[in-house]
Amino acid sequence: MNGFLHQIIAGIATGGIYASVALALVMIYQATHHVNFAQGEMATFSTYIALTLVNAGWPFWLAFVATVGISFCLGVLIERVLMRPMDKAPVLTHVGLFIGLVLVVSNLTGWVFDYTVKPFPTPFFDGPLLGGLVSGHELGSTAVTLVVLGLVYLFFRHTSLGLAMRAAAFNPVSARLVGVRVGWMLALGWGLAAAIGAIAGIMVAPVVFLEPNMMLGILLYAFAGALLGGIDNPLGAVVGGFAVGVIENLGGTYIVGTELKLTLALVIIIGVLLVKPSGLFGRVVLSRV
Amino acid sequence: MLLEVPPLLEVKGLKAGYGPTWVLAGIDFAVAEGGVTALLGANGAGKTTTLRAVCGMIRTEGSITLAGQPIQGRATEDIVRLGVAHVPDGRGTFMELTVEENMRLGAITRRDKGVAADFERMFELFPRLKQRFRQQAGTLSGGEQQMLAIARALLLRPRLLLMDEPSFGLAPLIVQEIFGIMARVRDEQKVSILLVEQNANLALEIADQAYLLETGRIVVSGPAADIRQDESIRRSYLGY
Repeated sequence: MNGFLHQIIAGIATGGIYASVALALVMIYQATHHVNFAQGEMATFSTYIALTLVNAGWPFWLAFVATVGISFCLGVLIERVLMRPMDKAPVLTHVGLFIGLVLVVSNLTGWVFDYTVKPFPTPFFDGPLLGGLVSGHELGSTAVTLVVLGLVYLFFRHTSLGLAMRAAAFNPVSARLVGVRVGWMLALGWGLAAAIGAIAGIMVAPVVFLEPNMMLGILLYAFAGALLGGIDNPLGAVVGGFAVGVIENLGGTYIVGTELKLTLALVIIIGVLLVKPSGLFGRVVLSRV
Repeated sequence: MLLEVPPLLEVKGLKAGYGPTWVLAGIDFAVAEGGVTALLGANGAGKTTTLRAVCGMIRTEGSITLAGQPIQGRATEDIVRLGVAHVPDGRGTFMELTVEENMRLGAITRRDKGVAADFERMFELFPRLKQRFRQQAGTLSGGEQQMLAIARALLLRPRLLLMDEPSFGLAPLIVQEIFGIMARVRDEQKVSILLVEQNANLALEIADQAYLLETGRIVVSGPAADIRQDESIRRSYLGY
């Protein structure tokens, strides 16, 4: 019984990582209707920046904040330089661009930071808590995830900038007509997504160890979570991310075994697309004409 | 007259279109400060295209000046920030957002302290928006969405208000209400209105000046009262 409970708690902890990445995917999807396949690779690159700063002697949380800031700027830069000129290009161009971005960022990471697997320090108490029910890192990373998700929610709900970003995503033509600089809102969205991805990378690296393909599987789980919750619903994506974390852990422990765990993501993706394409919380927009 | 007041909006030789061809074949018109100017014409004459051209939503050629300042070729959001509000074709409602958020977006570029007072004024003009304040805007009726679109535009505190067929698809009573409010706004707020309408009778009643568009050209222009009284224009172009 204790083992079962521990699997659920561990599932929630990794689910928080999936939830963060799922949220990053949804943010860009809502604004552009494209899934940024390179979200994971960008997060891995960010995590290496954090490790470099920590190894250079920076205090962990200072390195954390600096990495989030740098990642935000890199996200904005990618939108401005790569995505902007493709603004009106057909879907396939975007798919090609995203695949290219995956390869370039992944190889760049390997080239700059080399391909060896590296341990990553945890800022939290490194050991079991509550009689082995939960580890210090699981508890800490879940707390960080929840704080980040809460801040993102408050930003979009209660600030003018958040409102302008939502308006730009939902209805760019009308947004321009009230004076919103839609292009910059998109760039900010990319920056925010990159920053959230960076936090997810830093929180998961102590568990899975750091290597250039660290986020590959995580992106798949996150995508499954986003689809499960509804790819156009940020709150749904977050709930979906947590759910996939728990499903993955329980399924891996009791049903398919760890080797076939990643298959569960695929099963969820196909299942959702077959049974309920809009996801569990997919938004149904009411409109009267 | 030697000391003529320059018009708020002056358009000369305006060509505009969507693809490789022009919808507007080079038109001239002006909107005087503080009045209502009507742009009339049948379906496909280029009325909506003209409004889109003024606020930089489509490809244009020619000269457009706002209070003497050239705005042709500038980005829509920059033109809007100069004080041009647009109640677009189809009303442009942010369906997924609430009525409150739609209204806040109208004033999103403003940094002055008068926004709260302007919200109250909008509730006075459109009491129904107050009742629906927390509701998702997509659930509003057509008339309510039109009111929301006008409120959103007025919350910018514009100098020039572009209105695209405010009567479209609405019941006669609601249309009357909306035109009454338009007259109030013109009198009480310092705003000039460029009104596009298919309902010529209605538009000529409120307008000071009118232009008649036919397939991308202006065929008649003059004081609204004169056009209203001219039988031949009415019969051949306005159909009533």
